[in-house]
Amino acid sequence: MPGEPAVLSIENLSVALPEGGDREFAVRGITLDVKPGETVCLVGESGSGKTVAAQSTIGMLPKALPVVAGRVCFESKSLPPQRSKAFDSLRGIKMAMIFQDAVASLDPVQRIGRQLEEILAVHGVDRRSRKKRVLDSLETARLPDPPRIYRSYPHQLSGGQAQRVVIAGSLLLNPRLLIADEPTTALDVTTQAEILDLLKDLKRERKASVLFITHDFGVVAEIADRIAVMKEGEIVETGSADAVLGAPEHPYTRRLLAAARKRDPAREASPAKRVLEVRNLSLDYKIGRLLSKKHIHAVKGVSLQLEEGRTLAIVGESGSGKSSLARCILRLVDASAGTIRFKGDDITEEKGSKLRALRKRIQFVQQDPYSAINPRQTVLSAIAEGPIIHDATKRDAEARATELLEVTGLSVNAGSRYPHEFSGGQLQRICIARALALEPELLVADEPVSALDVSIQAQILDLFRSLQSKFGFAMVFITHDLRVAQSISDDILVMKDGEVVESGAAAKVFSAPSHPYTKALLAAAPDIALRRRAAA
Amino acid sequence: MTAYILAKFARAAATLLIAVSLVFIFIRFSGDPAAALAPPDAPQEVIDQYAEAMGLDKPLWQQYASYIGGLLQGDFGYSIHTGKPALELFLERLPSTLRLGSTALLIALAVGIPLGSFAALNRGTKVDRFAMAFSVFAFAMPNFLFGLCVILGGALLFQTYFGGTDASVLPAALTLGLAAMGSFARFTRSSLLETINAPFMRAAEARGVPYMRRLVAHAAPNAAIPLVTLIGLSLGALIAGSVVTEQVFGWPGVGQLLVRSVATRDIATVQFIVLAIAFTMVLANLLVDMLYLVIDPRIRTR
Repeated sequence: MPGEPAVLSIENLSVALPEGGDREFAVRGITLDVKPGETVCLVGESGSGKTVAAQSTIGMLPKALPVVAGRVCFESKSLPPQRSKAFDSLRGIKMAMIFQDAVASLDPVQRIGRQLEEILAVHGVDRRSRKKRVLDSLETARLPDPPRIYRSYPHQLSGGQAQRVVIAGSLLLNPRLLIADEPTTALDVTTQAEILDLLKDLKRERKASVLFITHDFGVVAEIADRIAVMKEGEIVETGSADAVLGAPEHPYTRRLLAAARKRDPAREASPAKRVLEVRNLSLDYKIGRLLSKKHIHAVKGVSLQLEEGRTLAIVGESGSGKSSLARCILRLVDASAGTIRFKGDDITEEKGSKLRALRKRIQFVQQDPYSAINPRQTVLSAIAEGPIIHDATKRDAEARATELLEVTGLSVNAGSRYPHEFSGGQLQRICIARALALEPELLVADEPVSALDVSIQAQILDLFRSLQSKFGFAMVFITHDLRVAQSISDDILVMKDGEVVESGAAAKVFSAPSHPYTKALLAAAPDIALRRRAAA
Repeated sequence: MTAYILAKFARAAATLLIAVSLVFIFIRFSGDPAAALAPPDAPQEVIDQYAEAMGLDKPLWQQYASYIGGLLQGDFGYSIHTGKPALELFLERLPSTLRLGSTALLIALAVGIPLGSFAALNRGTKVDRFAMAFSVFAFAMPNFLFGLCVILGGALLFQTYFGGTDASVLPAALTLGLAAMGSFARFTRSSLLETINAPFMRAAEARGVPYMRRLVAHAAPNAAIPLVTLIGLSLGALIAGSVVTEQVFGWPGVGQLLVRSVATRDIATVQFIVLAIAFTMVLANLLVDMLYLVIDPRIRTR
């Protein structure tokens, strides 16, 4: 509705970064309006300042990041100073926020009901009506069996349920503005689609405004009315969703969109030596104590093979058993049944020094690069450690490490620095360099890009491809993200509940999925909407 | 949950059995009690008679069986020196040890936890650095040395002897509690720091929950979980922990009795005290495990 005053207007806001940061301002002179009933997506990579914009709106900017110019107005009035008590009467009532990690944003030792009622309590709602309002709100957020959820603790909920609970909490007092900071990034595609639907419906029914922060253009295409693209603290492009997605003006926007839409034509298969062959592999976990043992069948009779220089993507939602399978192949856990052959040798029960020798040939890249590196070790010594353990001289190992830093796109002097000085994407490059330092014949990568932004994802995937053609290793690539799987794999294996539901050449699986589950996964991928919109 | 409780009890029983068995073996191999009891120049026949009277001539497994059998019937044996039941000797000394230990624990809690919380809430300030420096000192100071300093200080400043049977419990308790105070402070600080920076604390702030309420209703219960373990361990050490301090201050407690009984190879008394120490440890651990059920729903509703 044009002419109506904006719910939120950020006017020429600048927030300083502490000295010694990589730039002077966290955000610089940004101006942005959110009108009643409108969803504005703030898009950018991590470090672009989009979270700082959100924090300044809800008064939670850290002390180290002072506002140096401009202001934020809410309902045409200037907001109180950051972190001031006056914000307590706005937060939860007038504006509410939902976060990326919903489970972590709930107090682990309090029941859901009590936590949601607290919101009503601190804003002076009468004790008797609280429970009913919470149950109603849980119902509105489409949670199954609200009374049970009301009694549950956060750890008893799935990620999707927890995000619904947080949304239910944010709606309790009908705020005019909802700030959502990457609310679906931690969820698998199916759940993500459901949460986005929920947010869209709620926005329509409640006429709330939404400031939606994301790095994912697939999500933007689903939900945005208007888009603001941020880069290095500045808004480089704003406009209606159709305008920005259909005809992006700024080169940066075009690059982000291209990264999101990236499709590699399936690479041709070539006959080559078999590196890995898994037959009927099963893995059972025993959980529980002495008297209440339970068996979890994480992997059930999986078979696969992989040839030299090729990439096999294992796709599935969380809990599908793909990481358990990877751990078996890596021989980090012992398979309960079945065989694993590596270059023709049965390695299922390899032990001792033979297993240690094998470790050098099969290497591992993990999901979260922040926790995968020892924070107290310099990058160079982290990369050189493996070769030194496997009998390389210190000089050779460090020479190789330095070379790998260059090959993986880092500066050579990065070697003497410590992990905390690097961004997530850079750290993942370091982890890859560390894995390759041992010249492995097989690389197992477990969700190596899912903690990274889309444009960084594209760079890391490019890096994997170029390193693979340079060094010729075979790769098992685990991901929940079909876009990623499609862009990197030669072959695909789709897993559900520990079993393989579909496998084959990537091109075939994507163009003609045969199993209903694969079809559902493909349909739920948010970039489908993106492509549809781009085509229109 | 029932399985959790049963498993904890089974483990407690096993721990006790292992503890008494080890003591049983080691005290017999570390010297002959009969020789220790007999006069220094007694001929071998006399020593043998003593051994026979105490049942030490029987094969080891028979001694063990009758010892365990006795334990199960509540017979803890008799002191070979005083002839009194070991249990009675122990109970005579217990109240003064408990008085010392519990006062020490209270001092440690009353100073350590507020100090740690204060440091956490003022992280990086001078207050924080001072508090942490103090707690490192408190933790690292050996209590026999600190105890001597306290006694010396008392004598020079107050012209009083802080040790002995009639003295106030406070100086000895302060000495005994100092180390625990330091570790409580450090532990509270790190646990609270981790909690106040947790995402759910930011989320509570974004919901409009005021500062004090966030601290009391959300931060404190979560930060308390790891602290409970530490407090439980200190509870378990109530009896065993004061051996050195009791010696330094001449405090007439169980610790002193233990030292004396070991020196004189008073088998039954040593065995009983070790059993009692193991029992308090196990009991405290059990208590902590049960308390976890109450304060941490992640265990209760697994």
